Amino acid sequence: MTLHIVVTAKQVIDPETPLSAFQIDSNRVRPPQQPPVVNGYDENAVEAALRVKEAVGDARVTVLSMGTEFTLDVVKKPLAMGADALVLLQDPLFANSIDPTLAVRVLTAAITKLGDVGLVLCGRQASDWDNAQVPLGIAEALGWPVATIAKGVSVEGETLRVERVLPEGHEVVEAALPAVVTVSNELGQARYPNMRGIMAARRVQPETWSAADLGLDAAELAPQLELVSLIKPDRSVQTEMITGEDEADAGRKLALRLREARLL
Amino acid sequence: MAGNGVLVIGELAGGAPVQATLEAIAAARALNAGTVGVALAGGPGAASAAAQAAIAHGADTVYTVEHEVLANSQPDALVAAAEAVVKHVGPAIVLGARTLAGRDVLPRLAFRLGTALAADCAAVALDGQGRLLATRPVYGGNAEATVVCLGTPAVASLRPKSVDALPADAARTGSVEAVDAGLSAGTVRVRSLERVEAKAEGVRLEDARVVVSGGRGLAGPEPFAQLEALAGLLGGTVGASRAACDAGWIPSSHQVGLTGRTVTPEVYIAIGISGASQHMAGCSNAKAIVAINKDAGANIFKQARFGVSGDWRNVLPAFMEQLQELLG
Repeated sequence: MTLHIVVTAKQVIDPETPLSAFQIDSNRVRPPQQPPVVNGYDENAVEAALRVKEAVGDARVTVLSMGTEFTLDVVKKPLAMGADALVLLQDPLFANSIDPTLAVRVLTAAITKLGDVGLVLCGRQASDWDNAQVPLGIAEALGWPVATIAKGVSVEGETLRVERVLPEGHEVVEAALPAVVTVSNELGQARYPNMRGIMAARRVQPETWSAADLGLDAAELAPQLELVSLIKPDRSVQTEMITGEDEADAGRKLALRLREARLL
Repeated sequence: MAGNGVLVIGELAGGAPVQATLEAIAAARALNAGTVGVALAGGPGAASAAAQAAIAHGADTVYTVEHEVLANSQPDALVAAAEAVVKHVGPAIVLGARTLAGRDVLPRLAFRLGTALAADCAAVALDGQGRLLATRPVYGGNAEATVVCLGTPAVASLRPKSVDALPADAARTGSVEAVDAGLSAGTVRVRSLERVEAKAEGVRLEDARVVVSGGRGLAGPEPFAQLEALAGLLGGTVGASRAACDAGWIPSSHQVGLTGRTVTPEVYIAIGISGASQHMAGCSNAKAIVAINKDAGANIFKQARFGVSGDWRNVLPAFMEQLQELLG
């Protein structure tokens, strides 16, 4: 039987946006000049899905992206990398929120609607709210086992095997499918789309599902967490720049200064 | 608000509550929101043996869950144990620590309770209506969000080292109550086949007084030997930015940052690190940051106490030579 893999991929503002261009207006991040990107860990999850597909042969990969509006060239990147289908979960109700409840409800409804999903791969966290909660919520809602922070994912028959990253080592775990896995950057660089992939992705018109298509109404999407304030903290300190006759001299003076300040 | 008091979901290691649990107990007491219960889950005998330590650090009641399946801290078992204690106690607020286990356990616990977790908080407080307010870094540390918890119970996880634990008071008394969580071998659905923890040599990054970190500016793996030598000279440990780890110059166990390790040394020496927010999230609580970077406009200098704008190839050898002389 074909293994149907779902990858969740979120469009986020580029986390490499320089701090000077990162601005907040009345509790919202002002979209910066540079285009959005697919959340980096979600690209790692797409890569993991494609590796599983290549290993098992009979598999297909569907990418789910949720939001109120999309930059199509951006959210199509997983297709260009080699994913088989993209479904946009798009509705004014699906505003990006610090509350993971919304995304859990919507993504779970979409996975249930797809019907035959055997494996869900998600990035370990999104670079906007850094919640690291949605995949765990999907697993709880579906009643599926979940393994987090993977650097390796493989499937043999009905068994999932995951190599997890630990702070000082690794752990190999096993669970029965269907299951949810969160993927970390230690998996390795996500593949770059080749020209053929980009051209093929360009021709795809992704399917779009609204809240109504998923059988969800506003009452079911009520938040559990509400944003009170969002600020750009000022962490700048008075910096003492050490200079010298040349760079080596500056290095010597730095040592003397740190000693004088009783830091070393 | 429905429910009563605060329940801390504790974590055990080596027969005692971990430091982050003691910090969460202190945060729970500081909320001044009724009794402070602490849930401890472990193998047979492990939780009850650690109960007095939790009481000495501020717990009023310790709820113990003990079962063989809890012996190796597998998340499925920990979530089920925590869920049973919450249902038994009925707290208004549940607090935990965002440790390695907490990252898995607390979100799952919150979803199982039909609510959502305020994750990775630097501070928690109550608003005028007694609702839990949680403050946490977001956007990779570029912004700071305060959220109010609307669900019942309110659930939050604290970033380790954000709060000081209370000193142990051996004379403090409290009660201990065992809770049956109905656990069985079937509770565990993710089986651990192999767990390898390479004990790093020397001081742990989290405990180090001095951390010497290298980033993209080192341009290769070789310079880390010099960083090792500097760390050795200062009795410190070597860290790295994500860029250096992703490039394979140093194992990812050295990564300092949002998704790596959080360090709080007296001195953090950043060499060839630009200071991206996600890196600063792991080191901004250092007493003093010292930066050596070629780019005088690098973000790292905004948060550094001392800085040298220059090529580390020229700065570092002279810096080390002078230090050697001083430390003789």
